[in-house]
Amino acid sequence: MKIEIKNEEVRSEIIQRIEEISGENIYKCYQCGKCSAGCPSADEMDLLPNQVIRNLQIGKVDAVLNSRSIWVCATCYMCWIRCPRGVNLTSLFEACRLMTLRQNLDQVGLKEAIKESEEMDIPQIAIISLLRKLTS
Amino acid sequence: MNKRIGVFICHCGLNIAGTVDVDALREAVGKIRNVVYVKNYIFLCSQPGQEMVSDAVKEHKLDGFIVANCSPTLHEKTFRTIAIKLGMNPYLVEVANIREQSSWPHSKQPDYATKKALKIIKGTIKKLERNIELYTQRVGLTKRALVIGGGIAGIQAALDIADGGYEVLLLDRKQSIGGHMAQISETFPTLDCPQCIMTPKMTEVAQHPNIKLYTYSEVEEISGFIGNFTVKLRQKARYVDWDKCTGCGECIAKCPSKPLSEFNRNLCKGTAIYRDFEQAVPSYPVINKEACLYFQKGVCRVCEKVCPAAAINYEDKDIIKEEKIGAIIIATGYDLMPIQALGEYGAGKYKDVVDGMQFERLLASTGPYAGNVKRPSDQKVPESVVFIQCAGSRDPETHYPYCSKICCMYTAKQALLYKHNVHHGKAYIFYIDIRSNGKGYEEFVQRVQEEEGVVYIRGKVSKVFKRGDKLVVWGADTLTGQTVEIETDLVVLASAMIPSTGSLNLASKTRLATDKFGWFSEAHPKLRPVESVTGGYFLAGTAQAPRDIPETVAQASGAASKVLALFSNEYIESDPVIAQVDPEICNRCGYCESVCAYGAVKLNPKTRIAEVNEVLCEGCGACAATCPSGAISHRNNSRKQIFDMISVATENYDQITTKFDK
Ligand SMILES: Cc1cc2nc3c(=O)[nH]c(=O)nc-3n(C[C@H](O)[C@H](O)[C@H](O)COP(=O)(O)OP(=O)(O)OC[C@H]3O[C@@H](n4cnc5c(N)ncnc54)[C@H](O)[C@@H]3O)c2cc1C
Ligand code: SF4
Ligand code: SF4
Ligand code: SF4
Ligand code: SF4
Repeated sequence: MKIEIKNEEVRSEIIQRIEEISGENIYKCYQCGKCSAGCPSADEMDLLPNQVIRNLQIGKVDAVLNSRSIWVCATCYMCWIRCPRGVNLTSLFEACRLMTLRQNLDQVGLKEAIKESEEMDIPQIAIISLLRKLTS
Repeated sequence: MNKRIGVFICHCGLNIAGTVDVDALREAVGKIRNVVYVKNYIFLCSQPGQEMVSDAVKEHKLDGFIVANCSPTLHEKTFRTIAIKLGMNPYLVEVANIREQSSWPHSKQPDYATKKALKIIKGTIKKLERNIELYTQRVGLTKRALVIGGGIAGIQAALDIADGGYEVLLLDRKQSIGGHMAQISETFPTLDCPQCIMTPKMTEVAQHPNIKLYTYSEVEEISGFIGNFTVKLRQKARYVDWDKCTGCGECIAKCPSKPLSEFNRNLCKGTAIYRDFEQAVPSYPVINKEACLYFQKGVCRVCEKVCPAAAINYEDKDIIKEEKIGAIIIATGYDLMPIQALGEYGAGKYKDVVDGMQFERLLASTGPYAGNVKRPSDQKVPESVVFIQCAGSRDPETHYPYCSKICCMYTAKQALLYKHNVHHGKAYIFYIDIRSNGKGYEEFVQRVQEEEGVVYIRGKVSKVFKRGDKLVVWGADTLTGQTVEIETDLVVLASAMIPSTGSLNLASKTRLATDKFGWFSEAHPKLRPVESVTGGYFLAGTAQAPRDIPETVAQASGAASKVLALFSNEYIESDPVIAQVDPEICNRCGYCESVCAYGAVKLNPKTRIAEVNEVLCEGCGACAATCPSGAISHRNNSRKQIFDMISVATENYDQITTKFDK
């Protein structure tokens, strides 16, 4: 499998926007993988946290925005706590989510979410944060 | 007042000319009062450049000149030497630093850089106008060196100086010399044991007629200056009379008190009366007062009874000795960061999470298990070992940003030695990058991977925790893009190297500069790596930065050769750019005395007028800035000169047009 690194994709506007919103410099990351090693949601991710950053570093923003990973992230901040370079990956994930949400593209429907929460007896606060995170 | 000033503007290739509009600069400088000659040149420091300067000084009968180029630390000497050759006083030559202070920092604002360069030159002209001729002073020197720290760095430096024919005092705060190298099992990449390659050197030190050993001693106070230091040393109470002791070790064998062994990094017990290790130099023991039953509880005195030489002396006291010294080498080495700080790896919590040096002791034939690798918790032979590299290094966020430089190599070595020890054992190394840039190093790592079957996993570990009697390691394998889990018996952390404890204290006693971590700073990172910024002090080994044994030894020999070069002189010339008191104006307040960090300015006890000791004064200018009556001035940086320069610096920028102006 070969991917092409394209000048117009590397440091593209949208990636710079993601950096700006998150306040993070994606090139601080030296790909040690410590974030992935400690991430409680890593098993559910199609791209590991360090791979998310890697894709951004080489300009593959679509791979990131289309991945499950950014929505699966539990926002637990474990990656940030452990990262030796102090990369706040949680913020980066949030910025990636905003890229989609700001186009009014919800990730969950309000009705199903509420229905599911009633069936599964999920506390309201969890629902609120879910909606905050996954809807525009 | 100098009235025939020449200005030479250097392009420094494109370093200056690539940013600064040097033609506009030349034109503007030519219009300044008292400037009779201006010339641009591509590399002033080149041979033809220097000749051009020399010729122009003669031809235009200049009475002083300015070179506008790089930092004075680089080429001030070059151009002042030209002046000396021409019979001009060298202090009538000044450097206007337009590279580090203008073209480099303002490379993106060429117009501003050009205008700032003009200000720098103009200010320097103002200063030069009032410069006076100065002359150096000659002082004698004591040709005797002090080496602080007796690790392999200190040992090598001491031997080289002693072989050069000068007396050396070798000081170490431990009972024995040897430092960390004595603790290592075998050394990469050749795998010779320190007992084989270092003990001969230690013996040579002990026998050398020019070396005086001061172990179990520390620096109390240092005063003086290059060539003329007075050092007070504290020889700590040993409670053993080394003049009587034969080093037989009867006392050690019988001592009933068993504190943890520092040399074995607390993995096993030692004794209260001890020597650091079997081949210790000197071989005479000392009593650890904190652990001794007699000192703590008032009963025992077994060592006294068994000592055939009647060498035990419980009344022993610290002794302060004073020595005259000409040059000092700092070789205080390193320590490893306390691994307790690496909580996510269970360090400090689980006995079987050890640091690199503890693992060296587990491997060493002189170690707690006589070279058979066992787990500290239950003495089980570990079926597998997980090594974690960069533990605390390359971690600007929580620990140390720098690479400790040696751990990639010693981890590879340790994995190999473990495999040689436990043939069926499995070794895993978590790494981010492998740094094996030394002679034979990459080949060594390849051998460890290919022939020893050590498994390298590219990724960092995030968590180590206990499951039953196993340790569970959670990491990532960034090459397959998966998270991994390994159950193992022993975890070894390649923890970051840090400056040895007490470095900052020594730095303040010697007034030496360190970086923010406490590594001693060299005078120039590339060109003066073994000298410190302060005259008479030299650096050797890991006191300066992390490095391995070959580099340490090379640097130690380098420092020794600098000392030998210094000792080949009969006198030292002191810099005349220092403070000067006008006794007519001094109002005897003594403020200067309280601000001088070097004790160089004092009120005369009789007249109560300030006097500067010309040799002690470092020319920092603190007194001149403090003196309320303006009695102290700094030679060639007089109040008038400083104010002239400030008025230039605060002028508007609009008096030069550059090619960048539209
Ligand atoms: C686990 C491990 C394994 C290693 N394996 C290898 C290897 O296989 N090969 C290799 O090339 N390198 C290896 N190294 C690196 C090696 O240990 C160092 O390069 C070398 O020991 C540095 O020597 P040094 O003299 O600079 O410092 P040190 O050995 O630290 O010596 C400093 C000495 O100064 C004394 N001292 C400190 N402060 C004071 C003070 N204020 N007053 C008086 N005395 C003081 C100390 O007591 C000590 O004796 C290893 C390092 C580690 C941590
Ligand atoms: S822990 Fe930090 S540096 Fe390491 S891969 Fe993750 S984001 Fe990058
Ligand atoms: S007196 Fe102290 S050092 Fe001597 S044998 Fe007893 S405990 Fe050991
Ligand atoms: S030498 Fe290797 S293990 Fe040590 S800090 Fe540098 S990269 Fe990490
Ligand atoms: S210039 Fe500095 S070192 Fe010299 S006497 Fe004044 S304060 Fe002391």
